[in-house]
Amino acid sequence: MTDSAARAHHDVAKQPAGRGHPVAALRRSRYSALSLLRHGIRGDDWPLAWRTHDLRRGYQVVIVGGGVHGLATAYYLAREYGITDVAVIERGYIGGGGSGRNTAILRSNYLTPEGVRFYDRSLTLYSALAAELNYNVMFSRRGHLTLAHSDASLRTMRWRAEVNKHSGVDSEVIAPDDVKRLVPHLDTSSEARYPVLGALYHPPGGIIRHDAVVWGYARAADSLGVHIHQDTEVTGIDVSGGRVTGVRTTGGDIATPVVINCTAGWSTTVSDMAGVRMPIQTFPLQAAVTEPVKPFLRTVVVSGTLHVYVSQTDRGELVFGASVDPFASYSTRGSLEFVEGLSTHVLELMPSLDKLRVLRQWAGVCDMTPDFAPIMGATDVDGFLVDVGWGTYGFKAGPVAGEAMAQCVATGATPELISSFSLSRFARGRLVAEKGAAAVGH
Amino acid sequence: MIVLTCPWCGARDSEEFGYVGELGARRPDPKAATPAQWRSYLYQRANIAGWTSERWYHRMGCRRFLTVERDTTTNEVRSVLDAGGLAEDQ
Repeated sequence: MTDSAARAHHDVAKQPAGRGHPVAALRRSRYSALSLLRHGIRGDDWPLAWRTHDLRRGYQVVIVGGGVHGLATAYYLAREYGITDVAVIERGYIGGGGSGRNTAILRSNYLTPEGVRFYDRSLTLYSALAAELNYNVMFSRRGHLTLAHSDASLRTMRWRAEVNKHSGVDSEVIAPDDVKRLVPHLDTSSEARYPVLGALYHPPGGIIRHDAVVWGYARAADSLGVHIHQDTEVTGIDVSGGRVTGVRTTGGDIATPVVINCTAGWSTTVSDMAGVRMPIQTFPLQAAVTEPVKPFLRTVVVSGTLHVYVSQTDRGELVFGASVDPFASYSTRGSLEFVEGLSTHVLELMPSLDKLRVLRQWAGVCDMTPDFAPIMGATDVDGFLVDVGWGTYGFKAGPVAGEAMAQCVATGATPELISSFSLSRFARGRLVAEKGAAAVGH
Repeated sequence: MIVLTCPWCGARDSEEFGYVGELGARRPDPKAATPAQWRSYLYQRANIAGWTSERWYHRMGCRRFLTVERDTTTNEVRSVLDAGGLAEDQ
């Protein structure tokens, strides 16, 4: 336990525990087939999924960033530890940053046992999320294929499959014929520029409705008493005597002993306000979506060599993603180079898609750390905690990160699951090696 | 797409260039630096949202190192100057 975390624990422990009664509040506006029927017959409006509140002068915990990480942290603080005097401060609208710009792929087939354990926990939480939050998050476990185009990548995949199986995660290397059976439209011929030599098949992986995850957490956190303040920008963090005393926002000043930086893209800017330096560079990551077509692609297909991942949504659109842009930027404007490169690579995988039109492209900003692992937990400033540096894979870690950050604040102890992700690892030279962190780019 | 006006080659697509990184931290003397100072130099970044000075390399052109002033929120470029080979501070 660090001093900072211990102090944060001391401060939040002062407020009365609320375990038990908030669950009743959750039940008040329960979604069910019956409530759908009732609203359909009556034709009345549904209650708002979350409320708006006036900004209080003080909160026990202030979370900066209303994405999946911030809202999940708020939810688990309230649900697991009864800490409900929590404000989530969001500059724009909730889920408008990385949470709404990712390609919504979930998986746990990582390379190191630590990585596998971490993401397997996240996947477990995700698979129970719809029932727990009473919100349809549309998690579709359709399987996840990582293609191998060289002997070297096939070797790494065998390694990954063994590490995965050892941790009880369903993962197997399959031959090109099996790949062809799963994805008939894939060019598995030996004449391909990058022939498919095999693939790592991970049946529990899939896609989810990312907006629904954000809204589900927001609704559940709100019903437990958490205040969500949208359109409110944090302009400063007050630090006195090495510890956090408050947060200044465009909606007013808040006195608080605990601030958690849960932003993506702006984690340096927010940490700078508290005087905490970050080993982070911000890069845009672009994605694109095509017009909807009949369902033909069941699994998620990833090619590290071609820097592309493809999945088909329930609406029929193909969602494409790539690796980060070649230079650091906070700009979310798309570029022609991206769609050009992406289309070329997608057509190398599936030549039959050449008539498909791209509907739109967009970019999200990713905070890249030197070792591509996140930064979580306490900092040198007491009461200032971070859950940042999630690079290109923050969305799939949302629930487990929220759970771990809530535990950090409520118990004052850093959970073993995230102990290697501390900010101090850079000063100590103890970088994390997880090359399986993201399927492409690194 | 952004266009960088190379002082030697003229206006070119940024795809021709390699992005090296932000300017700022001076490389400490390896003999005198403590491990903490060295790691700070290796890993810490200002990561400014706004006007920043950075090093680019014209890999598909004159192969000179350049100093570029760019607004990282809009990608607007203000100046591209020759860095005189590898600058001391990188």
